Amino acid sequence: MTRAVVRFDTGGDLPAPNVDMTATLSTFEMPSPILTASGCAAAGRELDQFFDVTRLGAMVTKSIMMEPRSGRATPRIAETPSGMLNSIGLQGPGVHAFLEQDLAWLRERGARVIVSIAGGTTQEYEDLAKILRTQEGIDAIEVNISCPNVADRGQVFACRADSAAGVVASVRRSSDPSIPILAKLSPDVTDLATIAVACERAGADGLTLINTTLGVVVDTDTMRPALAGITGGLSGPAIKPIAVRCIWQVREVLPDIPILGVGGVRSGLDALELILAGANAVSVGTTVFRDPSAPLRIHSDLAVALADRGFERLSDAVSFAHREPDLDAVEVDEPEVPEWL
Amino acid sequence: MPIQTRGEVVTVRRAGAYSVLTITAPGVPELTRPGHFAALAIGDLNTSGLLLRRAFSIHGVQSRGIYGGTIDLVISDVGEGTHWLLQRRRGDAVDIIAPLGRPFALPREPVSCTLVGGGYGSAPLFMLAEQLRERGCRVDIVLGAATEQRLFGVLEAKRSATTVTITTEDGSAGERGRVTDQLEMVMERAGSEVVYACGPMGMLAAVSELAQVRGAYSQCAVEESMACGIGVCMSCVIPVIGDDGITRMVRSCVEGPVFRGERVRWDDIGTVPADTLGAPTAGGH
Repeated sequence: MTRAVVRFDTGGDLPAPNVDMTATLSTFEMPSPILTASGCAAAGRELDQFFDVTRLGAMVTKSIMMEPRSGRATPRIAETPSGMLNSIGLQGPGVHAFLEQDLAWLRERGARVIVSIAGGTTQEYEDLAKILRTQEGIDAIEVNISCPNVADRGQVFACRADSAAGVVASVRRSSDPSIPILAKLSPDVTDLATIAVACERAGADGLTLINTTLGVVVDTDTMRPALAGITGGLSGPAIKPIAVRCIWQVREVLPDIPILGVGGVRSGLDALELILAGANAVSVGTTVFRDPSAPLRIHSDLAVALADRGFERLSDAVSFAHREPDLDAVEVDEPEVPEWL
Repeated sequence: MPIQTRGEVVTVRRAGAYSVLTITAPGVPELTRPGHFAALAIGDLNTSGLLLRRAFSIHGVQSRGIYGGTIDLVISDVGEGTHWLLQRRRGDAVDIIAPLGRPFALPREPVSCTLVGGGYGSAPLFMLAEQLRERGCRVDIVLGAATEQRLFGVLEAKRSATTVTITTEDGSAGERGRVTDQLEMVMERAGSEVVYACGPMGMLAAVSELAQVRGAYSQCAVEESMACGIGVCMSCVIPVIGDDGITRMVRSCVEGPVFRGERVRWDDIGTVPADTLGAPTAGGH
């Protein structure tokens, strides 16, 4: 019997490329541009079994609401080509249990933290912001506005400029002024740029682009929708071009706003693509379900990709795809014409 | 603490309607207890279009030997992902995370235990039987499936149990009918105080109820579809009653897959019962 060759990933043998990977979202500075994505990493404890979560740019926690919430019935997920559809329904323990258990753990662990909040009314967002104001160890707040607005027949806040801006303004007003507020926008709108501008004017210090995009899967065996909630949010590499498009469009109208890019990132080059389109930092979402140690791998691969392209600082690559065409013109000495010609 | 590793396929061999995959997983055998599971990625981590991990209960482990630590998984070729796994050949790489989940609780006293497996749900029961016997427990096994081809582990059961009872729905092996038709008789004969079960939800519900009626403890390993297997995606939840009497939607992958039978609201699986903590009020969420 021949012995099977057991190979191990060694990693860490190559010297780290000398690229300054510092990323900033408004006043929040991070040693890495790679973060987790809300709803894809719980509150960090599970992932800390696979890698040191303090090495992330930041942990973006699962959206928290005021009260405990059961979430929806199952089935909650369906696999799709290069993606997945989910309808979890914001299951969570409520803000008080979150502070006592999850935030306390993250603080003790020394992780940088972006807390995601969600609400059914503008008041709920405001109440959450006031509670978070009393807490230490929060580096930024992400406002998940892809939630049904009870006062607007269940239309999500993110789908209208006025409702989106209303939530952002009240969270900004109620929060510690030194803590940046990021508004997480939905791609399922006709004119994303208008909503982005409205959020910026309402006081958003940055934008998270994008949330999932709605889809439906019909199970051909049962001949009914695959998810109990019927519609679900599509995520994974399938939506990466949509994320890049949204980041691109918003960067065109808001050249300076900090953008946390998210959508379909599973490699260093994917992260680079979002950064070139305008993201200042990048969240890794669905990929974590498949490969919990992916964020650190993506960080290293991104550093190599930046070095390969001659960048000394990550920040120089942000929005680089928007540069003027003449910047690509390279001065070339007139070649000498050989005598025989 | 689970390990994520690049496993290498040692063998894939047929077992009735199923296949047994043996794969290297250095360090995993030492940590594995009966009822733990493994979550396997389908295809290359960077390019595969199938994103969700597939979870399988661990059938057996070999901690030493020429491959330096391997685990055995029983796989049914039911979809694109499992089909890919079963086409792997010796030396092929598969990313694996194991051991995962909460394993079966073992009794401190040498009590009589009955083990019930439906289809290839029986996979973790033989490792369990071995450990129960090491503790001096009497072990009786009941295996059932739709057909003889869909039974798994009959020979292994005979090696490790005092009695083995087989049922098939078509009568192609053992008694015609379901495991629950025979379970009461087996428990009576063995004086069983604990029932361990793994299989489809309907079977687990029936086993759990019977155990409760007879005043026995039950430990049920559920088969719920999962996306990550590590507790972050919140897709594998079922309604479970906590120590405080409150029902919560609980993750099968980290709080399970083994639950005390009487704690699971079997009839409500696939729903959010109205008295669940944080259940939707009128209008829903």
